[in-house]
Amino acid sequence: MNRVDANGIETFETEVLIVGGGVTGTGIMRDLALRGIHCLLIDRRDLNAGASGGNHGLLHSGGRYVYADADTAAECRQEGDILKRVAAECIDECGGLFVAVEGDDADYAGRFPECCERAGIESTTLTPAEAKGLEPSLSDKVFAAYVVPDATVDPFRITLENVNHAQQLTDSIFLPHTEVTGFEIKEGVITSTLCRNSHTGGARRILAQQIVNAAGAWAMDIARLAGCTDVHLLYSKGTLIVSNTRVAGGVINRLRPPGDGDILVPGGTISLLGTTSDNVDNLGDIRPTVEEVERNLIEGMAMVPCLRDTRFIRAFSGVRPLLMAAGAGADGRKASRGFVLFDHKDQGLVNFATVTGGKLTTFRLMAERTGDLVASRLGNDRPCRTATELLPSGDAVRWTEPGFAPRFWYRRQDPADMILCECEMVPQSAIDSIVASAPGAEKQMTLQAIGIRSRVGKGSCQGSFCSIRVASYLYDRGVYDSSKGLIHTRDFVRERFKGIRPVLWGEQMPQMELAEALHCSLFGLDYVNDDGPSEDSGSIQEPS
Amino acid sequence: MIQAPRHYKTQLAVIGSGLAGFATSIFALERGISTAQVGSTGAIAYTTGYLDLLGSHRHCLLDNPWSGLDALRDEEPNHPLSRIGNDDIRTAFVQFTKTLSEMGVGYTRPGESNLFALSPAGTTKPTLSVPSTMRSGVEAGKSSVNAMIIDFEGLKGFSARELVANFKASWPQLSAMRLGFPDMESGSQVYPEVMARALQVPVYRERLAERIKTVLGGAEAVGLPAILGIHEPDKVHAELERLVGVPLFEIPTMPPSVPGIRLREMFEQAFPARGLTLVPQQKVERLELSGGGATLYLKDNYGDVVIETQTTVLATGRFLSGGLKADRHGVRETLLDIPVSQPASRMEWYRKDYLDRRGHPINRSGIEVDARFRPLGNDQEPVNERLFAAGVLLAHQDWIRQRCGAGVAIASAYKAVEGVAAMLVNAA
Repeated sequence: MNRVDANGIETFETEVLIVGGGVTGTGIMRDLALRGIHCLLIDRRDLNAGASGGNHGLLHSGGRYVYADADTAAECRQEGDILKRVAAECIDECGGLFVAVEGDDADYAGRFPECCERAGIESTTLTPAEAKGLEPSLSDKVFAAYVVPDATVDPFRITLENVNHAQQLTDSIFLPHTEVTGFEIKEGVITSTLCRNSHTGGARRILAQQIVNAAGAWAMDIARLAGCTDVHLLYSKGTLIVSNTRVAGGVINRLRPPGDGDILVPGGTISLLGTTSDNVDNLGDIRPTVEEVERNLIEGMAMVPCLRDTRFIRAFSGVRPLLMAAGAGADGRKASRGFVLFDHKDQGLVNFATVTGGKLTTFRLMAERTGDLVASRLGNDRPCRTATELLPSGDAVRWTEPGFAPRFWYRRQDPADMILCECEMVPQSAIDSIVASAPGAEKQMTLQAIGIRSRVGKGSCQGSFCSIRVASYLYDRGVYDSSKGLIHTRDFVRERFKGIRPVLWGEQMPQMELAEALHCSLFGLDYVNDDGPSEDSGSIQEPS
Repeated sequence: MIQAPRHYKTQLAVIGSGLAGFATSIFALERGISTAQVGSTGAIAYTTGYLDLLGSHRHCLLDNPWSGLDALRDEEPNHPLSRIGNDDIRTAFVQFTKTLSEMGVGYTRPGESNLFALSPAGTTKPTLSVPSTMRSGVEAGKSSVNAMIIDFEGLKGFSARELVANFKASWPQLSAMRLGFPDMESGSQVYPEVMARALQVPVYRERLAERIKTVLGGAEAVGLPAILGIHEPDKVHAELERLVGVPLFEIPTMPPSVPGIRLREMFEQAFPARGLTLVPQQKVERLELSGGGATLYLKDNYGDVVIETQTTVLATGRFLSGGLKADRHGVRETLLDIPVSQPASRMEWYRKDYLDRRGHPINRSGIEVDARFRPLGNDQEPVNERLFAAGVLLAHQDWIRQRCGAGVAIASAYKAVEGVAAMLVNAA
């Protein structure tokens, strides 16, 4: 499967190469593996590095789309029902409310029940007092409220489970840090995919019978590398903020045309407030800003006033890949949330497909349609099984669930299994299991990669302290034996800061001062270069 | 029973119990000024024990802080250290470290150059004075001797292998060893403070020394996490060193660490003996300024405390100690709402890159002072002629990135006390 050719190029062979380790790509991987097909999944960074890791984890009831896009709304409802059945462990059926507050359009709000009915979505009308009884944090100015079957899903858990299951079924493989640089094409057939290992810079070649482009916001770039000009995407950046505590029991949606700060979604022990929508021209340097945080907060406070005094620990951004239909305007909020599967036949290619657009809620359906196409191209007539086959749970992939680590630790009762991340109570054994066998585990795993596969760095300290303890532990275990661990620590705190920066005020300030003192004044991470502690420290310089 | 408020009259009230507050009290007592010190000791337990003067300038780590200060005066004239002459800074530093040594925590005498002190990450940091228990680590690192770092089963966040791996290039003769701490070998978590208190008992020193000797091999020096006693660390250090037979040195652990706890407990014990009225761990609830000084109102476990003072030094620190507070719209000084010099909007508080060597603009926010270190109001006049300020609450310095926290604390405390003394003489 994996060999090194005469030119030193690592070569891999597989039946299907999938580009993009988000929820869609991993969903396709599992879909195909359930049909007995071997897949190789690659991502230029790591699992859920794009929109799959940068969303609110909402399993839409469809209520949000009942006015403008009844088809998407109905699709959300159906897919939501399926996922609640087959991936129950990844889902919190917390329910949701749509509420209108003083100043919102009463006619618009009043039409909600009939629009829901048309899309087949169950909704119950509540009085403002009943709504407040259900969600005490709601504003007194709510004048209309409806209950819908919203739920939340842990997108990291789903992704990890997808990969884990595919590995078990057909020995399929996930390769992180593998970026497509080009395709070799002969007579309408992609014969090999050329890649670069973004950590080592080394070249990789992948020989696959079929190639699936599930690169999300990057799908247009990948399609163009294969000479396809039929994929047109609009990039819509969305920013959310994460609170330190769970502000509401269920999802709270603002009942008005989509806008900033119109949804509050619980995620285990925290809540997420979102979402902005701003078109961006390119995908470089996507990070949340102070201004976006303010927009979410000001709108969110109208719906849930206590957000004014809520402690926020992080913000993050994702880019929605929106499909630009011919003649459509450039308003990201009005663009379709539907997905499209391109078979690229009209582009002269027979073994290349692209799937993009869509939503977290509909990823399984996207995978099913793509799986059907790819399987038929391989002459495999086995049907899709993801709508009925339960998603199994693997040992190394359970650590993203809030509250799992402490439960596990208390049950195990092993005092020698020390807690490394004190905010989220992640013990040493969790790190051991992730480093040993989580999907995409590598020899010298980065702290970011461990963070994606666990709750490390997700708590109120945002990794300021646990990153150091985890790095020390990995040195003890011999995983690190050079300044690599120090460099990984530096990269981890630098990356986490992107999300911390726009929510720095109030109680976050003392924490930041302490973290910066530790990272810079004591550890000197600001003087650690890519080859280790900089020559400036140790060798001594005079001011010139 | 309702107790009447306890009432104190004093020449100087020091608000804040961090390095700046303690330095202020030391300098004031030295001058025979009657002093009361109040305020919580929040942040002092987070210090590593290293006393930095100026460790970084122009994005370089400094070997010589004194010439660094000369450059700083040219480039950053508003920096608190730029407003104090090198002679005063030196006098203050020497007097402060000498007093700490007399009180029971030995410090190296501040010299002409920075020491490159060891961090638990296997990096070094430039600092001016280190606890005596850490001195031989600086020397061992400098001359790259055959040394062994020892860590302990159950001690999180301190890995000897990590130190060795990161020092590999500059210190190839360093080795790592893990030991169980006597009577704490169950494998569960052990805490530096508990180990430090155990090592005050001779039998634990003997047992630990035996364990170290069995693994020592040819090592000529031994590094340990900072656990060599809370009280009288120099005695614990000397005893253990004698038992092991080679130089020993401590390396700070992650905060809150033993060297910080040591300083806090030492101050709380040694100061009252020197005549200081100390009401530690309590926040001042209200401060009323008047022409003749100020009145402070606070509460402790025994009830209300009222302090009437002729002069006041504000040494309440920054966000970590509660001297500054930020909301979404700006930064405020918490006790008197003294104007805070700060960036125009929150968008400018932090740079994009966390580790940008220029540091973050918000770190340079703080209160403005006149040449005598009196806080200024919006009219650029002193808020009160008898109110002074010291420490990292002051604007135009970045104690974290410039590695100048102790320097700013000690030197500005020295100047503030100078102002206090002049005021008291004039008033007399």
